[in-house]
Amino acid sequence: MGHTNKVSDLQSHTGVEVMRCYQCGKCTAGCVLASEMNYPPSYLMRLLQTGTKPNLDKVLSSNSIWLCLNCENCLGRCPMEIDIPKMMDYLRTQAIKENKLHPDSKPIIAFHKSFLDSIKNTGRLYEMGLVLSYKFRTFNFLQDLSIAPSMYLKGKLHLLPEKIKDRRSMKRIFGQTIENAKTDNK
Amino acid sequence: MKIGFYPGCSLTGSSREYNESVVAVAKALDIELIEINDWNCCGATAAHAMNEELSLSLPARIMAMAEKQGLTEVVVPCAACYNRLKVTQHELEDDTKRSRVIDILKMPYQGSSRIINVLQLLEMYGAENIKAKITRPFAHKVACYYGCLLVRPHSILKFDRVEDPQSMDTMIKMVGGTTLDWAFKTECCGAGFSVSRTDLVAKLSGNILKDAADRGAEALIVACPMCQSNLDMRRGAINKTLETPSDIPVIYITQAIGLALGLSAQELGLKRHFVTVEL
Amino acid sequence: MSKIGVFICHCGENISATVDVERVAREIGGMEGVAHAIDYKYMCSDPGQTFIKEAVKKYGLDGVVVGACSPRMHEPTFRRACAEAGLNPYLCEMANLREHCSWVHEKSEETTEKAIDLVKMLVEKVKKNKPLDSIKVPVTKKALVIGGGIAGIQASLDIANTGHKVILVERDPSIGGHMSQLSETFPTLDCSQCILTPRMVEVAQHPNIKLYTYAELESLEGFIGNFKAKIRLKAKSVNYSTCTGCGACIQKCPVKKIPSEFNAGLGTRTAIYVPFPQAVPNKPVIDRVNCNYYKRGACKICEKTCQVGSIEWDKEDEIITEEVGAVVLATGFDVKGTDFFPEYGYGQYKDVLTGLQFERLASASGPTFGEIRRPSDGAVPKKIVFIACAGSRDPAKGIPYCSKICCMYTAKHAMLYQHKVHDGESTVFYMDIRAGGKNYEEFVRRAIEEDTVNYVRGRVARVYEKNGKLIVKGVDTLLGGEQVEIEADMVVLATAGVANCGSEQLAQKLHVSYDPYHFFAEAHPKLKPVETNTAGIYLAGACQAPKDIPETVGMASGAAVKVAALFSNDELVREPVVAVVNRLAPPLYSTCVGCFMCETACPYNAIEHEEIKGRDGSLIRNSARVNQGLCQGCGTCVAFCRSKSIDIQGYTNEQVYAEVMSLLND
Ligand SMILES: Cc1cc2nc3c(=O)[nH]c(=O)nc-3n(C[C@H](O)[C@H](O)[C@H](O)COP(=O)(O)OP(=O)(O)OC[C@H]3O[C@@H](n4cnc5c(N)ncnc54)[C@H](O)[C@@H]3O)c2cc1C
Ligand code: SF4
Ligand code: SF4
Ligand code: SF4
Ligand code: SF4
Repeated sequence: MGHTNKVSDLQSHTGVEVMRCYQCGKCTAGCVLASEMNYPPSYLMRLLQTGTKPNLDKVLSSNSIWLCLNCENCLGRCPMEIDIPKMMDYLRTQAIKENKLHPDSKPIIAFHKSFLDSIKNTGRLYEMGLVLSYKFRTFNFLQDLSIAPSMYLKGKLHLLPEKIKDRRSMKRIFGQTIENAKTDNK
Repeated sequence: MKIGFYPGCSLTGSSREYNESVVAVAKALDIELIEINDWNCCGATAAHAMNEELSLSLPARIMAMAEKQGLTEVVVPCAACYNRLKVTQHELEDDTKRSRVIDILKMPYQGSSRIINVLQLLEMYGAENIKAKITRPFAHKVACYYGCLLVRPHSILKFDRVEDPQSMDTMIKMVGGTTLDWAFKTECCGAGFSVSRTDLVAKLSGNILKDAADRGAEALIVACPMCQSNLDMRRGAINKTLETPSDIPVIYITQAIGLALGLSAQELGLKRHFVTVEL
Repeated sequence: MSKIGVFICHCGENISATVDVERVAREIGGMEGVAHAIDYKYMCSDPGQTFIKEAVKKYGLDGVVVGACSPRMHEPTFRRACAEAGLNPYLCEMANLREHCSWVHEKSEETTEKAIDLVKMLVEKVKKNKPLDSIKVPVTKKALVIGGGIAGIQASLDIANTGHKVILVERDPSIGGHMSQLSETFPTLDCSQCILTPRMVEVAQHPNIKLYTYAELESLEGFIGNFKAKIRLKAKSVNYSTCTGCGACIQKCPVKKIPSEFNAGLGTRTAIYVPFPQAVPNKPVIDRVNCNYYKRGACKICEKTCQVGSIEWDKEDEIITEEVGAVVLATGFDVKGTDFFPEYGYGQYKDVLTGLQFERLASASGPTFGEIRRPSDGAVPKKIVFIACAGSRDPAKGIPYCSKICCMYTAKHAMLYQHKVHDGESTVFYMDIRAGGKNYEEFVRRAIEEDTVNYVRGRVARVYEKNGKLIVKGVDTLLGGEQVEIEADMVVLATAGVANCGSEQLAQKLHVSYDPYHFFAEAHPKLKPVETNTAGIYLAGACQAPKDIPETVGMASGAAVKVAALFSNDELVREPVVAVVNRLAPPLYSTCVGCFMCETACPYNAIEHEEIKGRDGSLIRNSARVNQGLCQGCGTCVAFCRSKSIDIQGYTNEQVYAEVMSLLND
């Protein structure tokens, strides 16, 4: 008898061999955000190993996958060289697809979206625009109010965006990837 | 000596001083930096977290532009951009991914430019020159902070060792500084959570600062704008998590070297930091 | 015309379920030169063998082919049956209808046809077979044991006690191996030295054992029963026949800061030294790399102190040759150092130790006389952390296997610590506890229940130093992955057991195989655990894989029995499958032209030169001759010979052509 379909699905989408994890916990021991996570990385790997729907749902609707910083401390030390950050990337995609989003994901997704909007429009990051757009997305207008003026004074904030010349290429890249319904959007 | 240059978005905005110091030091060492024409953002964590093809296409366009310009070697000072470019180059060794990306870009891409970080640039093309041109040894006790993106994943970057890396320490020692053996060289600062989860950044960066402070560091030396801004601009939030607030400045490796070469605080952008730099 | 008998076996149903055995017998029966062909359910059974014997007599057969299983399985059986019936056993051949046919194909017409072809080939071969005599070789009843740890000691004593001579070769200045470094031993906590040293002395005094310390094997030639070993006796710079072992020289030697190997680097020794007080032999050697005189040409203080003038400055390495009949490999293992662990500080923290170093701290003969003290400042650690599986079961570090001994010695270490430091706190980070062995599980439970050792299930991510403490970042996976941080005073890594340095080269010298981790390979993982794939060379102890003392000793006695069994024969019988250079009638004598390509090709040095002389004693020609004692029948020479003068008996070119042609002639 082989592993369940769920486990081999995970493997075929990510190349990460979930069953190789022998639950030593070294990833968790060194993860800087393990204590903030619903399930620390090794626990999350175990939930995936069971291959059951309820456990997969637990993972998708947890905050763990959103809090992971992709810092790769876990991968760097894992005796079995299991690429947990890569698995996290995939799990985030799935969580969005299945709309099982933990509340902690909201500000993080909002930030990413604002960031990408900026690139799409100008080809580069427009930090002022990013922060404003993020504030609209999260309705958190007070955040960062204190540092913005000093940033401006120290010459760290442009009032106007820098734009690249070939902005059409950005439209094309976004159009064919993240805005293309066929690709794996997160 | 001419070399390709990809500044990346942070270096034109919130990390202007990094750009200023890279350019100033390069000039002092007779290295001519040739900026990639009409470069775009590498997509950073946002693209990577949201869509794989997007996260490959954005860096691929940058490298395609460099190739078009005939740049065989490109220095990327921002550790985050450096990481994205290197990882993309690695991922695009896969034929299917490469042809898909070329199709999206409508540009030829070979993956032939060599991507290096600023430490490699200094090591390879500056070391002798720097030694010869030191006018004011950087006689400070500092903690070199490498963060995640400069060293991990080792299998792709193959740069410094993952635990207790040494390249930056060697560089600082070369310009007359002393470096600390400390415990948080490669622990994450909170990275892209600066805006979305400032609380976590404050906590993680706080741990880093505390260890450096406990061991008597006069400054933290970094090579990543994201680390720098988390540790510097977020100092207010960080200090709220610490028992003893810290006023240790966080400076770029190029600023430290620039100082040793006798460049002025102004030229090196040292006035732009939130935490006052008095070195 | 030949009279060949063919016997096709059903092998129960193993062959007959897929191959039409009756048809095989029928068709082969019709071949030219086949006098008799039958099939039967079990040819190897007593009635089956009787069929063969009777047919040999009844039809006066001059060749037999048995179509059955693998010759590895039953060739000796059928050849013996033929011999009993008066037929030269080398006129009997087997066609492998099971492994080569029925087991690997579906039932079909083609399968049966393949079976027919296989038998046909052998029939054609047998027609060309010649009667051969097995080769008898004498046995040198003296054993060579390499490595003087507990494995080598036990094997030497056991062999010596059967009345046979033993040469024991040890690389270090003293025998004893790792066991001499251990404090107390699990699962009984008896003192390691107390049980070991009497045996070391016994070795030194045994009339049948010749001990060479500070010596290494240079080369080994020959084959089972007849090896020739060259042994390098490294220059000790001290004349052992006059040295009284008083130790005066050691007291006076000014070079005192050399890290002591015996104390795993925790203590120091002098340049002229005895590794430890109970060493056997208890006489010093000079370590020439560190000695002032050898380094700079001046000092010789030891010479001045020596009352009996034993220092020999100009002594050189000596190579001696010993003839032996069997070899026992007992070169043991080694442990990884702390510098193997980037995440635990690359070996730069003084108070992060290996288990072996902890043994030295806990040992009464160690650098702290058995007190547990930190190497950095001599303080007694109040909090200690043991990390199991440090390097073992870690494919990322290149060591996927379990080192087997660490679970037990870690429990022992924690227990010894608790016994010695009553107000101390010990924590063991582990992944699994592997305590399979008599009284082993009970031992670990005692550590946990009676000695209050805190066992935490999880690996440690990293260790770093802060304010003189070692911060250990671990995890308790049984609490759902709760992070555990301990401010320890000392950390002990149960580092992986690995093959001894030089084991690969040694294996190559001996032509024995080794596994990917350079441990020597046993001939069969279950049924031949002490044999190697080279006849006459046996394995004992941790050189085969990490193992504890009881297992090592058991294996050593096993190897000794194999040697004793070998030595119970005066002669060994070898298969005559060896090369021969042809001999022709004068005036040609041989087609060999004396180019000696074969000599260059032979991996076993079996080719000799022969002068063929005329009646008057004048040299007619030089030709090659094969030393049948050395030839292994590999056939390399045959491929190299340009004049086709050399052939393997039983597998001649003619025989093999006959097999091939039988297929082509269809
Ligand atoms: C920290 C630690 C604690 C342990 N505690 C226990 C315990 O409590 N109880 C227990 O049962 N077991 C214990 N063991 C296991 C025990 O040490 C081994 O089972 C035992 O030492 C194996 O004996 P050996 O003779 O096979 O190998 P070794 O002891 O390694 O001896 C090999 C000998 O061969 C010599 N040699 C090596 N290469 C050559 C060469 N090329 N030529 C000539 N000579 C050579 C070496 O110098 C050495 O003398 C422990 C092991 C460790 C590491
Ligand atoms: S470190 Fe690797 S093997 Fe250990 S629990 Fe984490 S993923 Fe599994
Ligand atoms: S990559 Fe994610 S899971 Fe792994 S250590 Fe970093 S934050 Fe934790
Ligand atoms: S002083 Fe002489 S006799 Fe004494 S141990 Fe040394 S070499 Fe041997
Ligand atoms: S000659 Fe060498 S061994 Fe003798 S006392 Fe001097 S240093 Fe020691």
